[in-house]
Amino acid sequence: MKPARPRRTELSLIIIAVVIVGGAYVLASLGRTSSIPVNVIPFTATVLGLLVAGHVGIRILAPNADPVLFPLAALLNGIGYVFIARLNRRQAASQSTWTLVGIAALVITLVVIRRVRDLERYQWTLALAGVGALVLPLAPVIGRTVNGSRLWVHLGGLSFQPGEFSKVCFAAFFAGYLINKRELLASATWRIGPIHLPDPRHLGPVVLAWGGSILVMTAEKDLGSSLMLFTLFLVMLWLATERPLYLVSGFFMFAGAAYVAWRHFAHVQRRVTIWLHPWHDPTGASLQIVQASFAFAWGGILGVGPGRGDPGRIPEASTDFIFAVIGEELGLVGATAILAAYVLMIGVGLRIAVRSERQFDKLLAVGLTTILGVQSFVIIGGVVRLVPLTGLTLPFLSFGGSSLIANYIVLALLLRISDEQAQREIRQRLGTTADSTEPEYAELPTGVQA
Amino acid sequence: MNKRIRRFGIALIVLYGALFAQLNWLQVVKANAYNKSPYNNRETVRDFSQPRGKIFTSDHIVVAESIPTDDKLKFQRTYPFGSLYAHTVGYFSLSYGTDGVENAYNDLLAGRTDAQRFSNPLNVFGSADHTADVTMTIRADVQLAAQQALGDKEGSVVVIDPRTGAILAMYSNVTYDPNLLASHDLPTVRKVRTFLNLLPAKPLLAKPFRERYFPGSTFKVITAAAGLSSGKVTPQTPIYPQASSFTPPLTTTPLKNFGGQTCGGALFDVLAQSCNSAFAQMGVEIGGDQLTKTAEAFGFNQVVPFDLPNGARSIFPTADQFFQDTPKLAQSAIGQNDVQATPLQMALVAAAVANDGSIMTPYLVQSVVGRDGRTLHSANIHEWRRAVDPSVARTLRDAMIGVVTNGSAVRMAIEGVEVGGKTGTAELGTTPPSAHAWTIGFAGPPGNARVAVAVLVTAQPGAAEQTGGTVAAPIAQAVINAVLALPDTFAKP
Repeated sequence: MKPARPRRTELSLIIIAVVIVGGAYVLASLGRTSSIPVNVIPFTATVLGLLVAGHVGIRILAPNADPVLFPLAALLNGIGYVFIARLNRRQAASQSTWTLVGIAALVITLVVIRRVRDLERYQWTLALAGVGALVLPLAPVIGRTVNGSRLWVHLGGLSFQPGEFSKVCFAAFFAGYLINKRELLASATWRIGPIHLPDPRHLGPVVLAWGGSILVMTAEKDLGSSLMLFTLFLVMLWLATERPLYLVSGFFMFAGAAYVAWRHFAHVQRRVTIWLHPWHDPTGASLQIVQASFAFAWGGILGVGPGRGDPGRIPEASTDFIFAVIGEELGLVGATAILAAYVLMIGVGLRIAVRSERQFDKLLAVGLTTILGVQSFVIIGGVVRLVPLTGLTLPFLSFGGSSLIANYIVLALLLRISDEQAQREIRQRLGTTADSTEPEYAELPTGVQA
Repeated sequence: MNKRIRRFGIALIVLYGALFAQLNWLQVVKANAYNKSPYNNRETVRDFSQPRGKIFTSDHIVVAESIPTDDKLKFQRTYPFGSLYAHTVGYFSLSYGTDGVENAYNDLLAGRTDAQRFSNPLNVFGSADHTADVTMTIRADVQLAAQQALGDKEGSVVVIDPRTGAILAMYSNVTYDPNLLASHDLPTVRKVRTFLNLLPAKPLLAKPFRERYFPGSTFKVITAAAGLSSGKVTPQTPIYPQASSFTPPLTTTPLKNFGGQTCGGALFDVLAQSCNSAFAQMGVEIGGDQLTKTAEAFGFNQVVPFDLPNGARSIFPTADQFFQDTPKLAQSAIGQNDVQATPLQMALVAAAVANDGSIMTPYLVQSVVGRDGRTLHSANIHEWRRAVDPSVARTLRDAMIGVVTNGSAVRMAIEGVEVGGKTGTAELGTTPPSAHAWTIGFAGPPGNARVAVAVLVTAQPGAAEQTGGTVAAPIAQAVINAVLALPDTFAKP
């Protein structure tokens, strides 16, 4: 297999994504003003330029990486941009800047992290960074509360949500920590009745993660990130130890904490009430979710057409509720296509995990995929009223710089893992290395030898 | 670990499957319910914030138009003539929906039919104006004449071209101003509607085709038609006895003539005098089967096909209801008992006589023309049903002309015009005395009537002495004059 082959696929997919995004842009403008936008050529050229730049970066830095991930993210990013542009011109301008920064972040991540093992080495640093990022919004001067959640840091004219980055740090930390401690965590040293438990000392971090997510939930009033982080940890713990007990007990721990939170915190109660009884106060507390349901219903199967809906009815349409706008304007068909894009992304992420030989890579790939997959599920589920609504952004689609950059970093790490594995496979096939049986401890040459 | 990763993947796919299922629930299963939710005004705002075509009379006078406004709904539907066209044009109300032409031609006016939406490929994407204008068959001058002739009296006027079925005027009083219902001031609209609904005169009801009344003696035209069709009655025979009442078999209660008068004679005489005793006897002699058959041939017991929905059915007893009930048969023959008719139906009776026994399907909308000049709809002129043979119709026509020249409808007579008519006074009670006053008729050049008309002035307090001949006939004469004042624009196809 030639190294360039996945890149050729990637380029073709990028061109398809650009055609779709450019088409959507034209349609949205036609829908709003019945005219073809004057800047359609510069717009399409810019999108193409950005994506080709990302593509070239990947070609140089991770030539054998999976070819589907980047075009998928670009498609979601582009569709998201079209809808943000259709909702709010000013947000669209900054979203295009963030897209540029995001793709740059992807390339920079690939430059900085040349080997996945680097992450393993710096796991404790990353843990510290993750915790720091998580609690940063709680700091007195720079922290900001927006829409009831204290998630923002305001520094030198720039606002960002450090929590978005802490997820990536934690995924890397969990992967490293759990690979090290998996034997200890999996073996039972004492028992209560029929349940075998590991040494309480090793359970410490589990409790810590639980406590951390509770802290996020109560101090920052951010249900979404709390759920997200805990799910991430549980899934990775379960995969590392192969003990379903962790999954079950973790689930009950979270459920218990959630129940207590529901009993004692007004904002949690409100969310649950809105979820279960949206029709109690359709013009007040549940206005947003009820209007989102109406938007979906209005869209029906085929949608009213890009630019032809009435998203002004839904508060926060460009961030948390962008999926409802898509549901209205592109209908069930378009919304399902977006779901399919996320499922595809999850599939690719998990395939990278399955194919990876190194345990750390495997676990990290699952963790990163979980970040994308679970976050998308939680926010879409909230908008379609399948689960209580939590304030999360939809990866790649929603307006928001922090989220976009963090997700491109996630993407870069997945690309790095898949590239490394592909190189390993190529070397194995060519028989140039003898260390393929013990990849975790072998010192691999860093250059491409194919 | 791979086994568990796959298991995790399956779990995620199940979760996304649940999302897909929920999307289907929202966008397919519950879509209609949500669109109709009282908290969701997307449908109404869609309809109201769009341009909407105008409605014209046949003489190109705008009777409904949407005027751009500054408020959220962008357009205000306006009816320049207020109540004059309320029962045909209807209203377009944010809170109460639509009625009349506004209702029946809603999609065309709003530009929502496929023919309009896909007329220009770019329209599919944009919100270009592709509404259409509706032109009615109503003539503004005739409609105004009907309103003025009726004045303060309560009742209905239906004017129709018997040769085509085109409605030339349709007016009824008490009426309402549709501007009050189309207002965007919703609390006031609610009050107005509540008030209108409380009025016993039911101003919102389009009485010319949605309300039934006892037709009284105007029904004798149908009894005469049944007699002529059966062959048992000719202009010469039988000669009905001079009497002041008729006592049908199986009863001892006599049917009295109007005002206790004595009357009798051959067909033309008894029709001119509106002789109850003679027509009651005629009905009994020709039998229930024939009477019902002829009444249904004229359109009774069916909803008249019309552009506007929810028309009322005129009713006549079915043949089996007359079994061993000759008193009922005798009463029905003079338009009493259970016989009820809409003003539109009675206008069609006159039209049938004028048009050689053929009833043309009545229509209110002549054409609908899109913004691009394309005709999207035009009236399909066709026969609805044949009421009687042409020979019977000619005899009836002569008989009705006789009613005008020397009978109860002399006040319909117009110099130099052949006018036929029949009056009716449907007594509703004696304490206090009240009656519906009717006149039906036709007019035009000899043998070629251009107009058929039905006028009803409903029973009202303080008008005990009103009869069809004194109250309704002059109104009929006025609208006929209005129609004939302008040259005939109709050319036979």
